[in-house]
Amino acid sequence: MHPSRSFEPKNGFVKWFDQQLPILTVLHGALVAYPTPKNLNYWWSFGSLAGFMLAVQIVTGIILAMHYTPHVDYAFNSVEHIMRNVNYGWLIRYVHQNGASFFFIVVYIHIFRGLYYGSYKAPRELLWMLGLVIYLLMMATAFMGYVLPWGQMSFWAATVITNLFSAVPLVGDAIVTFLWGGFSVDNPTLNRFFSLHYVLPFVIAAVAILHIWALHIPGSNNPLGIEVKGPQDQIDFHPYHTAKDLFMLSVLLIVFMGVVFYAPNYLSHADNYIPADPLVTPAHITPDWYFLPFYAILRAVPDILFIEAKLAGVIAMFAAILLLFALPWLDKSPVRSGTFRPLFKQFYWLLVIDVIVLGFAGARPAEGAWLIAGQVGTVYYFVHFLVILPLLSRIEKTRPLPESISQSVLSKQASA
Amino acid sequence: MKKTATILASLVIATGLAAPALAASDKADPISPPGGWSFQGILGAHYDREAAQRGFQVYKEVCASCHGLNQVAFRTLEDIGFTEEEVKAIAADYFVPGDPDEFGDPTERPAIPADIKPDPYPNEEAAAFANNGAIPPDLSLIVKARAGGADYLYSLLTGYRDPTEEELAHMAEQGLAMPDTAYFNPYKAGQVIAMAPPLMEGIVEYAEGQPEATVEQMAYDVTTFLAWTAEPKLEERKEIGFRFMVLLFILCGLLFFSYRRVAKRVMDH
Repeated sequence: MHPSRSFEPKNGFVKWFDQQLPILTVLHGALVAYPTPKNLNYWWSFGSLAGFMLAVQIVTGIILAMHYTPHVDYAFNSVEHIMRNVNYGWLIRYVHQNGASFFFIVVYIHIFRGLYYGSYKAPRELLWMLGLVIYLLMMATAFMGYVLPWGQMSFWAATVITNLFSAVPLVGDAIVTFLWGGFSVDNPTLNRFFSLHYVLPFVIAAVAILHIWALHIPGSNNPLGIEVKGPQDQIDFHPYHTAKDLFMLSVLLIVFMGVVFYAPNYLSHADNYIPADPLVTPAHITPDWYFLPFYAILRAVPDILFIEAKLAGVIAMFAAILLLFALPWLDKSPVRSGTFRPLFKQFYWLLVIDVIVLGFAGARPAEGAWLIAGQVGTVYYFVHFLVILPLLSRIEKTRPLPESISQSVLSKQASA
Repeated sequence: MKKTATILASLVIATGLAAPALAASDKADPISPPGGWSFQGILGAHYDREAAQRGFQVYKEVCASCHGLNQVAFRTLEDIGFTEEEVKAIAADYFVPGDPDEFGDPTERPAIPADIKPDPYPNEEAAAFANNGAIPPDLSLIVKARAGGADYLYSLLTGYRDPTEEELAHMAEQGLAMPDTAYFNPYKAGQVIAMAPPLMEGIVEYAEGQPEATVEQMAYDVTTFLAWTAEPKLEERKEIGFRFMVLLFILCGLLFFSYRRVAKRVMDH
């Protein structure tokens, strides 16, 4: 998408600067004169919100790192030092701790918006895949951040998750020793997790720039999923979307800061206020909520032929994520938006329910009804992507698409 | 050297056979004290200063012989209403390691407000030895470190009783028996606790003008104190939070109307 108008600075200095380094021209094209479809709804604000949450995490994280000590003997106490002695340390720490959750909430909404409106389809496959790379990096970053306070859940989550790699045939144990930097989760593990937790967000930021770049080539998808036909279908990013996204940002902040101020530990586990103890295993080890659906898949898989359950579970869990990279080629329906796909729409909501059920199953001990729910949920997850979506793109009778975005907008206004 | 327990635990969990030994159903839901907690809610949440100070007395005279408080510097006691002089006097009751003397030998000195109360035991081994193998946990964060929080602690402290026949039968069914060195408490996970009932009528004498030191009153007071040690910035958090949220709601309204206005202007032309 070419900018709707060019950047023409009046100030002499700005003109001189931009001629030699046209960074302002680039920003102007991306944030001011970026033409967007006229019919974007509120769900399209969650990309900006995700960018905001990344910035929040980086800024609060840098401040926390000034006061935190990545050593098994001091880590827990240094977090308490932040909570008690550092000026507004409690606020910065609670924002960072809950910021991780809200980053995931925003990103999950962003992903499911893309799933519903077919934003992963051509010509946006690479855009979708870059988003998945960001998501994978977020998972790694969040996991390592969870370990840093060195509470009981930190230690045991690190132990359980790193041990997954021991399922790899032949070299599994060597990989785990390599990850730990020793023969158990210990100080070298904490040190490298801190190092990586600090650097990965900047990698995320870099991939986010690529993600936005890849977005600005074809331009945004839209709720109708049809191509933009010309300027009459479009509106500049500024001031329309800046105003809209700022409003959505304030809505996000109300929920986010409401939790920070009034339920800062609601989303975390009480056991993480107990210092890590390698000799005492908690009764029930759970990851943070945003990993629960995958945790359920990990534990749902039984022994399959000669593959033992642990390895099969690990394969299933990674497959569940990597599968999404193939999504643009699994769903071949030429119609993007779920609005015009009556069957797809129903299965889409089934998938949403499925992922929520998996989340609940992941939070419970894997036994009885919840284990079965996790297994059914896991099967549906894979069937949805590997069978239903390819099948739908062959058999589904889609509803007729509107002529153009502007026509659809006009007819909506007329009927309103 | 691999820790067998570690490997076993992760295997158990990774293969979906997580230990159901301490299922949530094996403990009673915690109860709240009559009238709830002063530090609950959104508006006016605060630590009842008198209760917290009495709670400190209970901690000092009862709990402190076994439980540390190693996140709490004496100076912070001013936050629950002790005066500077009182804090100095409280600190001076304890001895902490001082600088080496002129011969290089270690010394001890009375604690000052900047210090933290020394732990009751020199190391974990000593703590375990003195308590039939159970290490008394540090209490600084105990209210945040247990599901149920303040209600849980209050319930636990007031919940000691003899098990009923049914409860004993239920335990026997699971192959458990009441050990001689432990006590029954329905609120504890697994319902068996190593700590003897710590509070009993008359163990602490409150100053004149204060309520009578019943078990419920002491439990309420010491829980209020320990809620404060776990979350000393709660009052500041909720107060700043309220002002922040009011401003956010106003901002949100303004941003909504400015968005509508911008939308009308740029969409209608």
